[in-house]
Amino acid sequence: MKPILFIMLLVISINSHAVDSRQLSDPKQQESYETLTKELRCLVCQNQTIADSNAELASDLRRQVYEMLQQGKSEQDIIRYMTDRYGEFVLYKPAFAGKTSLLWIAPVVFLFMGLMTVFLVIRRKRATAQLNVDALDITTEKQKKIRSLLEKGELS
Amino acid sequence: MLKYIIPLLLFIILAVFLGLGLNLKPNDIPSPFINKPAPEFSAPKLNAPEQKLTPADLKGQVWLFNVWASWCVSCRAEHPILNQFAKQYAVVIIGLNYKDEPEDAKTWLKTLGNPYNVSIMDQEGRIGIDYGVYGVPETFVIDKKGLIRYKHTGPVSAEDVQKIFLPLIAKLEAES
Repeated sequence: MKPILFIMLLVISINSHAVDSRQLSDPKQQESYETLTKELRCLVCQNQTIADSNAELASDLRRQVYEMLQQGKSEQDIIRYMTDRYGEFVLYKPAFAGKTSLLWIAPVVFLFMGLMTVFLVIRRKRATAQLNVDALDITTEKQKKIRSLLEKGELS
Repeated sequence: MLKYIIPLLLFIILAVFLGLGLNLKPNDIPSPFINKPAPEFSAPKLNAPEQKLTPADLKGQVWLFNVWASWCVSCRAEHPILNQFAKQYAVVIIGLNYKDEPEDAKTWLKTLGNPYNVSIMDQEGRIGIDYGVYGVPETFVIDKKGLIRYKHTGPVSAEDVQKIFLPLIAKLEAES
């Protein structure tokens, strides 16, 4: 029973939204509302989007997004409106520019560095294993078997 | 040798970044308003709601725009400093009473003193959004031409007054 309850609680917490979710008549605008509120940062509780946060400011900003959509403003208009007032920081997806390029490029660079490390470590390990077999001073069946196994390993 | 140098280098890089991180203030978001015109508003005065104030009324003088609320704890800490500032220096201080009940705000000013030439009301927080307010108190310094020249987030301390506000105001007053 307990695990089920636990899972249920988890599911509930995922679905929790800020209380004053609004409905727009046009489904497309509703979609814009959902995307925008999930891309704008609440500046009071900085690791939450304004969709997640129940801070007063987040609720005011949601109202602002809602009203601007009702007035027929585009997503870009609203994003510009917010960055004009709160700066790039309000965006969870900052535009690619000189200042933010590191932010965008760094993950790729780190991934590449990780892959390189893994590659180098594996290569070195193989080389040493080979060396160890060669260093054995006996030519027995066992040694041959080890070598063939190592080679097979390399093929697979 | 390399075996020792690489981890050492990695450690140094990590330490430098963590060290820089310690000194960052994630709450100090650079304001995009610096050297931009103060956003327009036309808001009712706290003590005379039938009268409105606009930034245009203040053109030609240097003024401080201080965002405050009676529910804001740091504003209480900042208040004596503003009071003294208003008493000592002839600078116009306009208060933006942010998302507050007018009655609470009036009581607050009566009990703690009123450093503001005028306070205006922003019950729905719309002027706040226009000024990019995210943490009360905030203080803007606006020059004679109506441009925002400085924004201070959080309570103003006595040291801030001496080191930041007074020199800046003197400089702005000297501008034509």
